[in-house]
Amino acid sequence: MATAAPAIASAPRRYPALIAFAIAQPLGAVALLVVIAMALAATFAEVVAPYDPLDIDFGAMLAAPSPDHWFGTDSFGRDILSRVIYGARTALAIGLLSSLMGCTLGAALGIASAYFGGKVDMAIQRVVDIFLAFPIIVLALVVVAILGRLPVLGVDMNLVLAIAVPIVPKVARVIRSSALTIVTMPYIDAARTAGYSHTRIILRHIAPNVAAPYLILFTAFIAQAILLEASLSFLGLGVTEPTPAWGLMLSGSASDFYREAPWMILFPGLAISLAVFAFNLFGDALRDYLDPKFKT
Amino acid sequence: MLRYLGRRLLLMIPTLVGVAILTFFMLRVVPGDIVEVKLRGDGGNVTADVIAAERARLGLDQPLIHQFGDWMLGLVTFDFGVSMWTGRPVVEEIALRLELSFQVAVMATIVAVLIAIPLGTISALFRNTWIDYVVRIFTIAGLAVPSFWLGMLVILGLLAWFNWLPPITYTPIYVDPIANLSQLIWPALAVGYRYAAVVARMVRSSLLEVMKEDYIRTARAKGVFERLVVMRHAMGNALLPAITVIGLEFAFLIGGLVVTEQVFNLNGIGRLFVQAVARNDFMLIQTLVMLLAVVFITVNLIVDLTYAALDPRIRYK
Amino acid sequence: MRTTVASAALAAVIACSTSAVAQTPKRGGTLNFAISAEAPTYDCHAGNTYAVVHAVAPFYSTLLKFDLSKYPAVEGDVAESWTISPDQLTFTFRLRDNVFFHDGTKLTSADVKATYERLRNPPAGVVSVRRASYEDIAEITTPDERTIVFRLAAPNPSVFQNFASPWDCIYSAAKLAEDPLFPSKTIMGTGPFKFVEHVRGSHFAGTRHDRYHVPGQPYLDGFRGVIFSQGAAMLNALQGGQVLAEFRSLSPAERDRVAGALGPRLRVEEESWVLKLTIAFNAEKAPFNDPRVRKALSMAIDRWGGSQGLSRIATLRAVGGVMRPGSPFATPEAELAKLPGFGRDIRAAREEARRLLREAGHPNLSFVLTNRTLAQPYTPGGVFLINEWRQIGVTVEHRQVETAAYNAAQSSGNFDVLLDFSNEFMDEPNNGLTKYISSDRSPNNPARAVDRDLDRLYDLQRRETDPAKRNAIIREFEALAMERAYTVPLLWWHRIVATHTHLRGWQMSPSHLLGQSLAAVWLDQ
Repeated sequence: MATAAPAIASAPRRYPALIAFAIAQPLGAVALLVVIAMALAATFAEVVAPYDPLDIDFGAMLAAPSPDHWFGTDSFGRDILSRVIYGARTALAIGLLSSLMGCTLGAALGIASAYFGGKVDMAIQRVVDIFLAFPIIVLALVVVAILGRLPVLGVDMNLVLAIAVPIVPKVARVIRSSALTIVTMPYIDAARTAGYSHTRIILRHIAPNVAAPYLILFTAFIAQAILLEASLSFLGLGVTEPTPAWGLMLSGSASDFYREAPWMILFPGLAISLAVFAFNLFGDALRDYLDPKFKT
Repeated sequence: MLRYLGRRLLLMIPTLVGVAILTFFMLRVVPGDIVEVKLRGDGGNVTADVIAAERARLGLDQPLIHQFGDWMLGLVTFDFGVSMWTGRPVVEEIALRLELSFQVAVMATIVAVLIAIPLGTISALFRNTWIDYVVRIFTIAGLAVPSFWLGMLVILGLLAWFNWLPPITYTPIYVDPIANLSQLIWPALAVGYRYAAVVARMVRSSLLEVMKEDYIRTARAKGVFERLVVMRHAMGNALLPAITVIGLEFAFLIGGLVVTEQVFNLNGIGRLFVQAVARNDFMLIQTLVMLLAVVFITVNLIVDLTYAALDPRIRYK
Repeated sequence: MRTTVASAALAAVIACSTSAVAQTPKRGGTLNFAISAEAPTYDCHAGNTYAVVHAVAPFYSTLLKFDLSKYPAVEGDVAESWTISPDQLTFTFRLRDNVFFHDGTKLTSADVKATYERLRNPPAGVVSVRRASYEDIAEITTPDERTIVFRLAAPNPSVFQNFASPWDCIYSAAKLAEDPLFPSKTIMGTGPFKFVEHVRGSHFAGTRHDRYHVPGQPYLDGFRGVIFSQGAAMLNALQGGQVLAEFRSLSPAERDRVAGALGPRLRVEEESWVLKLTIAFNAEKAPFNDPRVRKALSMAIDRWGGSQGLSRIATLRAVGGVMRPGSPFATPEAELAKLPGFGRDIRAAREEARRLLREAGHPNLSFVLTNRTLAQPYTPGGVFLINEWRQIGVTVEHRQVETAAYNAAQSSGNFDVLLDFSNEFMDEPNNGLTKYISSDRSPNNPARAVDRDLDRLYDLQRRETDPAKRNAIIREFEALAMERAYTVPLLWWHRIVATHTHLRGWQMSPSHLLGQSLAAVWLDQ
């Protein structure tokens, strides 16, 4: 897919990193603000959301947006704004965790592949090929179906796993090619001759050098994970009712109400789009900032 | 070249065997089987002996190794078995839907290429100007908007404003091109936007990269009008990564239109897949996974070969 | 349940007024209608989903059929007349003389006999999912080509109506002799339409059978049943006029949407439905092996309040016991309100539920509710239940799974509480009550309970041919079933069918499995 150069962040150090980033990448800074706002809303959902997202109120079914319900209500009379806010929690938790899990595992495989080379490399690459060729939907479905649901603090860890699995081979590929250019550097040879342990060489000398592509991939895959979670939930394979989740809010009967209650499909769709948009924009800016030659 | 091709073809074998093993055994640990779905339907008093008899008829009572052996033997002799749901050959079930999925994928590719190449080029030419920003926001939005949501909005829009809907059953393009296109253009557009966004971003970044390279600098030093440089020299090389992305996305679209096909009620491979999975139609799922894996691997190979043919700097290793 | 009665009456008035403007049916035209699921088989005898009936009913006839204008009365289909012996053990049918299969052969008593022999005692390799309905038949004889006699071993008040079952498609004896599995591969019957094609995943198509036994019928030249896998796509097609009907049911929201868009061009008919959601407690698993826990959970549900709210968003409405409200053996409303879980005073009921849970030692109960992923009415039903149980401090996790996994959970007992459903084509206690008897006798009850008291009452009513005595036994059965609460009803479903007004001659009924031959349907255009 992509050929990554060894990435060593060489940003000018005249400003603190965040401000330097904001100056170099104004669009990215705006995106970062959106991401932060979303993260805050998700973390403090109990305080921010005007209602309990699970509270059914048949008296207020399909209410139009008003000062009482800014985004209106759904067919159960549940407040859509509150569900969108709590939905951010679901999306971010699943997005962050699956991207973290997928990228970390992928990076570990990629580095191991590049560092050990030979048969290890061959074996890992074959496994990566198999998983790349495997349709995502089957992977996700089977993982959820075999393992069932495993809620930890309200997040279904098996769904996280299902979304993380397809990320692993892609990351492994990219990180492997990044790491390959490093393992041939003289100082790695020197370290090996000096008799340092593999763990030490990998952690001290290789890992830091693939940190930039790792960070870029991590941000990019958060966006993809959020989108995949929304699609799976839309298909009924992801998050289940009554948990507030954006994809789920679009599924089922939501589009039946487009005449009486267009807000039911408008706001969750916008929320998905905005979140993915912000993460992508931020990821792009981060890439340009850290490593202009890197492509995902 | 021939040795390279041979090596690549040989490498396909372990990958496909791996996919086959993984698929087969993953499916067998999924709870539930198709017999109950089929017989119990919407409830109903079905006794255990009826269910057991039907399981035996479908061979589901055989030891796993035996079932796996049968399937592998079938695969190498190109006998893919019958769908456990319809009792028809799996090949027939897939062939019925492949034409539609293939056409949507081709149309989406055309839409994507038509939009992406000019947009990506303009964006790169006017890097860091407002034009670039607008294009980038447009393309990043393309990655952000879920295509199924866009599809929902498109359908509801057509219905609300024009009181018109695309046809509900499929007509092959060689039978009635107008009916065919008026059904399939909408999903192609809904998917094509995302697709175009992916390709446009790739065109932009590779153009930028190529423009930095030496021979472009030389051309620029000679005073040739910059745009001409881009058109003449940069495009060829910049298109290579774009071809990769186009190929990969195309392979994905063949079976990946799962949600979009639901929204547009298209009788395609993606929907067949979801239904097969929902029903635990193991034979159908297995063969579909193998088919998609073969498509994916083949497209990858074609992309690499194209790369090699277009770029003399790449050596076959 | 006054609102229900009123709206049901209103629906009846609407239905009457449309049929009152009787016009001479016009011939011609092709009907496009929607089928929201795909049939797993062509064989009615092995089918258990309405997708089979909606797709293949137009191609087949049955011995009797329900007269939908006088439901639950029956009338002849290929039977011209019949007699029932005074001891209710012998049924003799005289067949029509003008019934022809689509291959040109004439239908005789041998075909009917072959059909029922296949249903009650299928040859090896043939699936019949309704052997139980005919287990009391001792012998089938055919004195002549037009006469068929069924002799029962014991009286059974449900057998006669079962002869009108939409599942008992009559097959050709000659074809069955050639290949007992032919009905699962080929569609060939005596129905009003001849099979044209089935493009899997897309549609079924039929064309007029010119030698159909009802003179003048069918009116349509043909039909096309278009298969939809997603509700929203189907509704778009209905609103756009690409299909003129979906004969199962719309949700209230879907109804409002198409009605709003089409106005007077749409006809909406509603009726209470022979389907209900039930809640099955896994009686093998603690704490659901404690009757106090089961009863408390049933009592915490505000069925009357839920009916009002849910009926606006889901295909759920009537509050009822083991039999459908309005049907011959239903509980009168005043009596129903005395059963646990059906009281009008929800505060008192929840107080009692909390007390029972404390007494059982589970004041802070939490468990998993296993449910299907279907949008109607399972998801709203599950969301509603979880909210109700929250009111007595019970925490419930909603586990929605695909049908295959749902069936697996049900048959392996791998669940705490299951949102189950009961689906019948008529209001017959012999079928409906199997939801509540011991699981070792009825695969229909997933609660994994063994209760011989309920079984005994079930058997008593099953042999009782006097309706009044039978009714009394059923009341006793119901009171016991609600007290022991292995499986309890949540709400009965509510059927809403919207058709374009130029679609005529189709009749609404309490079951989506009835009246789908399309023989009398015509297009006013």
